[in-house]
Amino acid sequence: MVAATRERPAVQAVGARLSVEAVSHAFDIRGTPLPVLDRVSLAVEPGGFVALLGPSGCGKSTLLRLVAGLEPPDQGLITVDGDLVEGPDPSRLLVFQDPTLYPWRTVRGNVALGLEAQGVGRATRAARIDQALGLVGLAGFADAYPHQLSGGMAQRAALARALVNEPRLLLLDEPLGKLDALTRLAMQAELLRLWEEKRFTAVLVTHDVEEALILAERVIVLGDRPAAIRAELPVDAPYPRHRDDPDLVRLRRTILEILGQTT
Amino acid sequence: MSGSITAGTALRTAAVPTRLSYPPWRVLAAGIVWLVLAGLTLQLPEAGDFPRTAVFAQGSAAIGLALLPLGLLAGRLGTFGARLRHWSPWLAAIAVVLLTWELVTAKFDLLPMPFFPPPQAILEVFLDDWPKLGGSTLNSLILLAGGYAFGAGLGFVLGVAIGTSKAVGYWAHPVLRFVGPLPATAWLPLAFFVFPSSWSASTFLVALATGFPVTVLTWSGVAGVNKAYFDVARTLGASRSFLILRVAIPAALPHVFVGLFMGLGGSFAVLVVAEMLGVKSGLGWYLQWAQGWAAYANMYAALIVMALMCSSLITLLFRLRDRLLAWQKGLVQW
Repeated sequence: MVAATRERPAVQAVGARLSVEAVSHAFDIRGTPLPVLDRVSLAVEPGGFVALLGPSGCGKSTLLRLVAGLEPPDQGLITVDGDLVEGPDPSRLLVFQDPTLYPWRTVRGNVALGLEAQGVGRATRAARIDQALGLVGLAGFADAYPHQLSGGMAQRAALARALVNEPRLLLLDEPLGKLDALTRLAMQAELLRLWEEKRFTAVLVTHDVEEALILAERVIVLGDRPAAIRAELPVDAPYPRHRDDPDLVRLRRTILEILGQTT
Repeated sequence: MSGSITAGTALRTAAVPTRLSYPPWRVLAAGIVWLVLAGLTLQLPEAGDFPRTAVFAQGSAAIGLALLPLGLLAGRLGTFGARLRHWSPWLAAIAVVLLTWELVTAKFDLLPMPFFPPPQAILEVFLDDWPKLGGSTLNSLILLAGGYAFGAGLGFVLGVAIGTSKAVGYWAHPVLRFVGPLPATAWLPLAFFVFPSSWSASTFLVALATGFPVTVLTWSGVAGVNKAYFDVARTLGASRSFLILRVAIPAALPHVFVGLFMGLGGSFAVLVVAEMLGVKSGLGWYLQWAQGWAAYANMYAALIVMALMCSSLITLLFRLRDRLLAWQKGLVQW
């Protein structure tokens, strides 16, 4: 990328630089194209945390799938650290709304998935899995099967499954969307801690304004389908943030107005 | 077909039967019924000449005598005692059925004789003709094992191939749809003159009967795998072989087992028909032979052995499934 030449401090950032340039994409619904993304451009600094906020079904998730390399965009360019995204890669990982753990594998087996697929040796694997499980607080559940886990625990396992691969870009597709309110709050704090510890670049898709404001350094508001960027708002409040911080409350009102929810 | 489908869905439903626990005196009562059976068998005069009546009565008496102390101790025998108490009504019922059977055949001669032999006549077959009966069972098992392994293996590979490869699906699907639903027994006349031996013809037929359900259910299992599972694996760096071997196949395994179960049922039917019509050994052949000689007791004995064999094989398959699919909730208890 040419535009972002700003000097970063000497801290070793493991996060990748993401650039999305004028990406448009359409779904094919029985022969008729249904446009979901309309010339979306955004850039995320290495180690940055950006939230994509928008009404449900507006195409946010599609954008993440494109960045993950699961599908090629119809138009536009997606680059990570200057390299064109041409397919999936373990350095760019998606965490879905559903944990999508494999029911036939234990938690340990699920976390091992990426390392197995990449051909990492058994000995190194075990150590890294233990570390990742410890990181998300699931050390005691390594041998449990997914159906024995609560929703929050399953989502932690899904996070560990991604983090064990040391991703440089973590794409979070409403990862807390299906959790109950209390678990959600706990997991938000958890996500923040993991991000501060690991310094990966994070892109969070959510339709929860508060969640976006608590977690992200920058909030990008998308409009209805086909999604185009409506506004980009930096969130400068220091971490950890409080929900009743007047700055955040003001930002929240602004965002809701942009989304057309004036109350 | 509908019977097999219900069995298939039943494989996945949750059933939590609680073990019925009857008081220990029930075991004692069952023992007494067995002793009554023994006594009446010995005491009442017989309508015909049955050389094994005494052995039958002695066997019943032995069971009855064993149940008496067991009934007294059942409360202190742990799991075995609990199991015994659970099955005590069945133990009594078996004795009652045997007694009724004994009375209407050997004792009062109420049923036409050669067609309805008394229990001791069947016992006689087991005691005197066991080499032939055992040999037939072994031959059936060998034939079944060969054909089933061949059909299940091929069906599994074909099902996975159809489910994962567009090219294989393009060519195999129409053939499968056209030929698959044909009952394997319809191939029988053709198979017996096309194949060099009746053994290879029967192996082919058993494999065919097994292969079709295994192929279709493996394929549908692979086709029905949650697409998100593949997305997860792809982002994690999975190769195509990883996607097939570590994602598609384990995810499809519950379906594969329904197919294996249906295939096993189908293979029994074909096995017996093939043995009756072409193969010169096995339980089907034994049945046919017994009927030819009007040896009805032998026929009943063969039917009992066949039921035991089929039931044991299905039990074996379910055990294997329970081991491999321990992660699944709500498995049917067979």
